[in-house]
Amino acid sequence: MTSVRENDELDPDSLSEAHSWWSQLRRLWQGDVGMVPIVIGLAALVAYFQVRSPVFLSAGNITNLFMQATIFVLLGMAEIWLLLLGEIDLSVGYVTGMGAAVAVILMDVQFHWPWFLAMPVALLVTTGITTLQGFIIIRLRLPSFIVTLAGLLFWEGMLIYLVDDQGTGGTIPATNRVLYNLVNGNLSVFFTWVFLVAIVVLMALGMFRADQRRRSSGLATRPRIVLIMKVAALAISGVALAMIFDADRGTFIVLRGMPWAIPIDFAILAAGSFVLTKTKAGRYIYAIGGNTEAARRAGIAVNRYRLLAFALTGLTTGVASLLYASRLGGISDNIDSSLVLYAVASAVIGGTSLFGGRGKMTHAVIGGVVIATIYNGMALIGMSAPTQYMATALVLLAAVTIDSLARRSTGEGR
Amino acid sequence: MTNAPGSPSTGTPSDGRDDPGDPGAPSALLAVRGVSKYFGAVQALENVDLDVPAGQVTALIGDNGAGKSTLIKAIAGIYAPSGGQIFWKGHEVHIHTPHDAEALGIATVYQDLALCDNLDIVQNMYLGHESTKAGVLDEISMELATKQTLSDLSVSTVKSVRQVVGSLSGGQRQAIAVARAVMRESQLVIMDEPTAALGVSQTAQVLHLIRTLAQRGMGVIVISHNLNDVFQVADRIAVLYLGNLVSSGPVANYDMSSAVELITTGESVRVASSVAP
Ligand SMILES: Nc1ncnc2c1ncn2[C@@H]1O[C@H](COP(=O)(O)OP(=O)(O)O)[C@@H](O)[C@H]1O
Ligand SMILES: [Mg+2]
Repeated sequence: MTSVRENDELDPDSLSEAHSWWSQLRRLWQGDVGMVPIVIGLAALVAYFQVRSPVFLSAGNITNLFMQATIFVLLGMAEIWLLLLGEIDLSVGYVTGMGAAVAVILMDVQFHWPWFLAMPVALLVTTGITTLQGFIIIRLRLPSFIVTLAGLLFWEGMLIYLVDDQGTGGTIPATNRVLYNLVNGNLSVFFTWVFLVAIVVLMALGMFRADQRRRSSGLATRPRIVLIMKVAALAISGVALAMIFDADRGTFIVLRGMPWAIPIDFAILAAGSFVLTKTKAGRYIYAIGGNTEAARRAGIAVNRYRLLAFALTGLTTGVASLLYASRLGGISDNIDSSLVLYAVASAVIGGTSLFGGRGKMTHAVIGGVVIATIYNGMALIGMSAPTQYMATALVLLAAVTIDSLARRSTGEGR
Repeated sequence: MTNAPGSPSTGTPSDGRDDPGDPGAPSALLAVRGVSKYFGAVQALENVDLDVPAGQVTALIGDNGAGKSTLIKAIAGIYAPSGGQIFWKGHEVHIHTPHDAEALGIATVYQDLALCDNLDIVQNMYLGHESTKAGVLDEISMELATKQTLSDLSVSTVKSVRQVVGSLSGGQRQAIAVARAVMRESQLVIMDEPTAALGVSQTAQVLHLIRTLAQRGMGVIVISHNLNDVFQVADRIAVLYLGNLVSSGPVANYDMSSAVELITTGESVRVASSVAP
């Protein structure tokens, strides 16, 4: 018997260089094709709002829009840990409230803890809550949907109890400067540039180094030109962001520089992406979400990694809770009940699958920006809250439909 | 439950073996002696003896419910046998978990293949055994080794080892599952119905792969319903009938009709070396 080949397949050697432009283009988009519809949709939304309201694309409003997006992005990333497993956490909205309440109470009401103690405790609380829920889900083999739905109600009750118990009339104002500055403070113009240039340079170096290492190992690489184009796009975005953030957006006083919340989101994005793509834990989360039984047979301690994902959801939610408290200027017993919907919507609109195994942290960034765009734009052109709800609902529905259709048409695949 | 250790071959079927050897110390890579398995009152395996030599393909055939899957699961550590012994390279071993089997060098490729469709070929090949450098996945070394293994096995049909497994054909998926077993330096590869779901060219591809494994000195057990495939690929044949191993020996001792007869009735007058229990 000699080597048998399927007629329509190519040699592995054909990977190397000789490639048609078309397949190069396809490879360039490989893994990113899922994002195409949503990027087009976002562009359409932006164009529409800009036509309806000329201030939409002003530096001030774009900065504001990013600020609105930061919390959606964080909550989306929190949800992605679990969506990758095919699980979901419906309680993240009120867990956000719990984290915010703990931080504010510890820093402001009776305790006057320094921020560097109170904030980690808030993170510990949110992580503990979701880990506990995860433990129940795993140990008792209950659906995460139901357990976290119970969590939603339970933590809403606990939040009201905690906040009202402080005797400040249903809201606790935050006075801590550091907490306030998370969202309302800005880097100086100089450090805005430093930060963005550093990010661009680091990412470009990372990409070149990875490419170089593959090249020198004789492995298939994308054409250099693709890499150069990517780096160029990165540099242009960096400069554009710096110019937007550094433009004066104050009305009475000079107000410029990148809000702190942006580098915070960046840090979580970088850390989350690192775990998912560069570590065994991340690999196993994808594997479990793709085929739990295969993961188990490969010797992976499935339940340990599921629990880890629940913990990471709580940790990421904790960061969101600090930004939330900062944005709200405290915490109230009556927080936005749709936070969890934005969380799931950010992830799914960005392209993360509800069925597990498919998704990445950057999806939450795209999804979060889309949701913030809808909210920001609709408010600008004077649309009412009910209309905003309905519009977001339709976008979410469209995203889930695309997810489901993509899954059906390709069987699986990213 | 208890079999006297000194007399592993209490039954007669061992007469069918081409190496009649001494019964005390089985020389084959894997030797099964007197293995039984009950599921409650159902006796799925009854006093089964089987030798699996290295460097040869042993085809395990039998009708539905004959006990083929049960037998390989007992070898692979999924079911604990109700009685009998398993010898690995002449030493008795106790395989309690799939991990025990893997540690010995026994890899099993199940019918459902246990691949993650959302992961690429490299990621599947290394699943649960990733190489890392300072805690970070070492993608380059894993990709190089994957390409090497696939080319060693003459698996030449995949376009890129960074392709998601969900996008592969049935034959390619089977090849990946087998290559994964090879890469773990397994010495015995067990395959349950590897060609059941495949078309003609993909079947040829997988059969070729099976021969390659044997040529590399591994022992191979293949379960198959397709006697054409069996006669094409096997060096030895072992027939299970209602939980009994009714015949085993070199493939030359059998032909299509005697094999069918053994599968359906448990006996055949045409196989000189086979003895009904
Ligand atoms: N987990 C199980 N529980 C109970 N009976 C089983 C189980 N697995 C197999 N059996 C029984 O054992 C016998 C052999 O089954 P199996 O090994 O799957 O046969 P084959 O793979 O040859 O078709 C059948 O009668 C089957 O019903
Ligand atoms: Mg079977």
